[in-house]
Amino acid sequence: MTLQPQPVRIILAKVGLDGHDRGIRVVARGLRDAGFHVIYAGLWQTPEAVVRAVADEDADWLGLSLLSGSHMTQVPRVLELLLRTDLGHVGVIVGGIIPPGDVPKLLELGVVRVFGPGTPLGEISDFLREQPRRVHD
Amino acid sequence: MAPVPDSGARDRWQEELRRGPAREQPPTTISGQPVQPLYTPDLLPGFDYESDLGYPGQFPFARGVHAAMYRSQLWTMRQFAGFGTPRQTNARFRFLLEKGQTGLSTAFDLPTLMGLDSDDPHAEGEVGRLGVAVDTIEDVRQLYDGIDLDQVSVSLTINAPAIVVMAFVFAHAQDQGLDPRRLRGTTQNDILKEYHAQNEFIFPPEPSVRLVVDLIEFCTRHVPRWNPVSISGYHIREAGSTAVQELAFTLADGFHYVDQCLARGLRVDDFAPRLSFFFNAHNDLFEEVAKYRAARVLWADALRRRYGAQDEASCRLRFHAQTAGCSLQATQPEVNLVRVAYQALAAVLGGCQSLHTNSLDETLALPSEHAATLALRTQQVLAYETGVTNTVDPLGGSYFLEALAQRMRREATSYFERIDRLGGMIAAIEAGFFRREIGEASFAYQREVDAGRRVVVGVNAFQERDETPIGLLVVDAVEREQVAALRLVKERRDQADVRRVLDEVRRTALGRTNLMPTLLDAARARVTVGEVMTALADVFGRDKGAAIW
Repeated sequence: MTLQPQPVRIILAKVGLDGHDRGIRVVARGLRDAGFHVIYAGLWQTPEAVVRAVADEDADWLGLSLLSGSHMTQVPRVLELLLRTDLGHVGVIVGGIIPPGDVPKLLELGVVRVFGPGTPLGEISDFLREQPRRVHD
Repeated sequence: MAPVPDSGARDRWQEELRRGPAREQPPTTISGQPVQPLYTPDLLPGFDYESDLGYPGQFPFARGVHAAMYRSQLWTMRQFAGFGTPRQTNARFRFLLEKGQTGLSTAFDLPTLMGLDSDDPHAEGEVGRLGVAVDTIEDVRQLYDGIDLDQVSVSLTINAPAIVVMAFVFAHAQDQGLDPRRLRGTTQNDILKEYHAQNEFIFPPEPSVRLVVDLIEFCTRHVPRWNPVSISGYHIREAGSTAVQELAFTLADGFHYVDQCLARGLRVDDFAPRLSFFFNAHNDLFEEVAKYRAARVLWADALRRRYGAQDEASCRLRFHAQTAGCSLQATQPEVNLVRVAYQALAAVLGGCQSLHTNSLDETLALPSEHAATLALRTQQVLAYETGVTNTVDPLGGSYFLEALAQRMRREATSYFERIDRLGGMIAAIEAGFFRREIGEASFAYQREVDAGRRVVVGVNAFQERDETPIGLLVVDAVEREQVAALRLVKERRDQADVRRVLDEVRRTALGRTNLMPTLLDAARARVTVGEVMTALADVFGRDKGAAIW
């Protein structure tokens, strides 16, 4: 008997006040159909709540979506909290409207990849599959 | 002499059609509705000019809400604007008026829309970013400084705290010596679509609707030229709905407001003429035009038959349109200018009363002055150069269009029945019905794009290898300036008065009387949006939103 590998677990969340959730909900469905275990944490999450969810759900990945322009305030906080709570092994991806100039800054801070508008769902799932389960180990 | 009908023509056409090649892309509308190769009278069984179309300005308003439409008055060119501090937005308003814009439309920042003050910790990073920050009546004074509110019509795109900000506006106008009966404008004040789509709600649905009705009631009695609600399909469509869902859910929201106003004891002909609508103008030209026509007929019919309206004005669905933000692409952004122009054409061929055309750079940033000017010029070319305004409803009677409109009316009616079966609007919201329906449509659309079944120029076809980036507007952080201004207002006000008014807000919220008079006192006491919303939350509770996907 062979053991089926456990599906990769990913938490998706909207941080901040921004309610634009069309993209993240489409990504949630797409990743689920691609075999991932998806947990959508929902709207208006604080960095603290997101990191707590990552710990509670033993997630491998965290996907944040921001369309309001507050990514340079919110994302660094999430990354810092992950490190502080020994969750530095969790890979963080970001989606939404991120001006091109901010992408290298986010990558520098530790975000694994930024997916802009118009990204096909297959590109996100292929990318996640190609990564080791614990991207930062 | 009439030509002799060729009885074999149809058969020959069908034969040729069958033999000819067919393109791979499925011939459906962007909402996935099948489209026939050709529309002929037999696809419109029982169609009757007098009852199905009739005349513009007359029931059921299929051909438009005014007899002469754009021959007597063009639509209002109303570009949505707002960012930074009230002073900065006031400067953009003056710039737009100087360029020939004919009405104003105010965009608020996220903290204001979510009922938070600029100094709230949750507002950090968001103050003045997507719209203007408004904390107190002092901000409203600066925002509309030098603009005659009885001359220029002003629209305010705000929902959960709408009644609070409107108290600031009405108190400001009164302080300016303006007669409230002369004020003209529109407040979005449509909370229901926030639960379906846009997610800017604060309280649970029922007390939220009470606030909507409070504003409608107040305006009906005291500010009769103000449109106290703009029942919005725009955001439903932006969230990924089909055109029929946009049509059906918007009208269902409208019916719910009418029901609640009647329950309040208002007479339908006293408030219905001031209910206004806001629809999306998306890519599929004929589907969009059909949607606006279907909306007018369905609304007129419901107001007359279901609600017993006697006044024709109650049956008249007037609407603002905005081109589809979600159709704009980040790649080859100049191409967005072309998308916007076609979408604007759909809105005008559909008989809109006012129009916002998006700027080509809106997927990337807030509009630059250059992009905002081009967006306005797009409307001016449409109005003055294309000739589409010369006759009323130029597409009326098109077999295709009328067949589309008929089908959309049928499908919307079947949605109304489903909502009723779920127990009505609030029960359907609580069951997650709207969010699921829209979520499924948006996922189906993304699948089609990903599979290449639907071409998006510059995204999954016709890509450019090297793109030159365009110049974008950079909004400076205004947080510190706005917070400092707010502190100053807070220091200078009478604290005992603030406490007294906030107690009064809580007491009124607990009862059933209209909140507006208390909120006008709150405005003058320079109470903040956040303070009022917190006091209301003490009574109404907060709605955290369900993570439905």
